[in-house]
Amino acid sequence: MVSKPHGGRLVRRLVAERTRERILSEQKEYPHVQIEHGRAIDLENIAHGVYSPLKGFLTSDDFESVLDHMRLSDDTPWTIPIVLDVREKTFDEGDAILLYYDDLPIARMHVEEIYTYDKREFAVKVFKTDDLNHPGVARVMNMGDYLVGGEIELLNELPNPFAKYTLRPVETRVLFKERGWKTIVAFQTRNVPHLGHEYVQKAALTFVDGLFINPVLGRKKKGDYRDEVIIKAYETLFEHYYPKDAATLATVRYEMRYAGPREAIHHAIMRKNFGATHFIVGRDHAGVGDYYGPYEAWDLFGEFPDLGITPMFIRESFYCRKCGGMVNAKICPHDKEFHVHISGTKLRKMIMTGEQPPEYMMRPEVFEVVRSFENPFVE
Amino acid sequence: MAEEKKYTTVSIPKPLYDKIKVRIEGTGFTSVSDYVTYVLREVLASLEEEEKEEVFTEEEEEKVKERLRALGYLD
Ligand SMILES: [Zn+2]
Repeated sequence: MVSKPHGGRLVRRLVAERTRERILSEQKEYPHVQIEHGRAIDLENIAHGVYSPLKGFLTSDDFESVLDHMRLSDDTPWTIPIVLDVREKTFDEGDAILLYYDDLPIARMHVEEIYTYDKREFAVKVFKTDDLNHPGVARVMNMGDYLVGGEIELLNELPNPFAKYTLRPVETRVLFKERGWKTIVAFQTRNVPHLGHEYVQKAALTFVDGLFINPVLGRKKKGDYRDEVIIKAYETLFEHYYPKDAATLATVRYEMRYAGPREAIHHAIMRKNFGATHFIVGRDHAGVGDYYGPYEAWDLFGEFPDLGITPMFIRESFYCRKCGGMVNAKICPHDKEFHVHISGTKLRKMIMTGEQPPEYMMRPEVFEVVRSFENPFVE
Repeated sequence: MAEEKKYTTVSIPKPLYDKIKVRIEGTGFTSVSDYVTYVLREVLASLEEEEKEEVFTEEEEEKVKERLRALGYLD
């Protein structure tokens, strides 16, 4: 059977059409609160159950419990605080407010609690550093001084250029069932696939019924691959190199926190909600810079016997000239001199200059697709 | 929010406690309480996994299938 939703039940915070129309017609009666893109995406993920069992943004008891114990106050594993910050108190506890992104009312929120918090403590506990060069820390330090906790109801979907590839947990669960998959391994990515990724995915797929490639779309850093490039690259890879009845591709929108080990657990929880039973945890998963050890995330999984999704730890892969294929340190007995590590930076350079990478680095079909974009990278 | 008590005490037989104490030496567990918490979470989670999975209504499931077909995920 596919995984049970985290916390037991798949959360869905959508309102009936008539209720939605009524709320929207009464818009002016609610306090309006503008929220930024990342929070709007969190909201969408809450509403569609990607963050089950959360029904809204964390109240203080859950928030503190997540910081201190990596669990919600009811003991459910939860490592990343999903919070809504505001700069000013323009409403009270007990109010219903409307949350706006740009000029679109996207949700109604029932304000259960407005509370203050220590930003430095937040940063140190979640990111293990208060260094402002860490993008997650910088974001926290720039947050408003108040956090607002309470349940939400979705009123409008955010504009989504990739609706065709966006599946919600309720949809992936039906899809997996229809395909007859009982065990599913999920792979999270923000990259165009090279042979190293393919090796890891196929190694994992060997042991389960289905492979669920789940690229994270959303705001990116300069130099990252653009969303449409990642999707097209995977489409091509699927077409030529993946078994049709054992692999599928769907995207999710999510703002990366770069919280390393804690975020690896969060990524696993999201995929559990999609129905995956297994999750591939890579080297330096969700890390940035040198803040986390390369296999620190693997260790943290050991603290969650009740996570409800099985991590698959697959070592970094490389090409070995002597083995004549993709291998990892555990299965290859040869010297380093025979090993060719696939570097993302090097591939990027080759793509920019149009130099064809060797076949053991990137599939020629994938390279062609990436190269067909005038600029495959975020500017 | 008022500060609530986050931990409570349960009793286990002393010989069992001693056995666990020896057992966790050199592992990552820093106390018998940590170990007992870990084991209980594991046991509870495995019991919950055996419960029946959540099912959607037939109507809901049909709607989802339609969308999956329209998007090309299902034939
Ligand atoms: Zn070798």
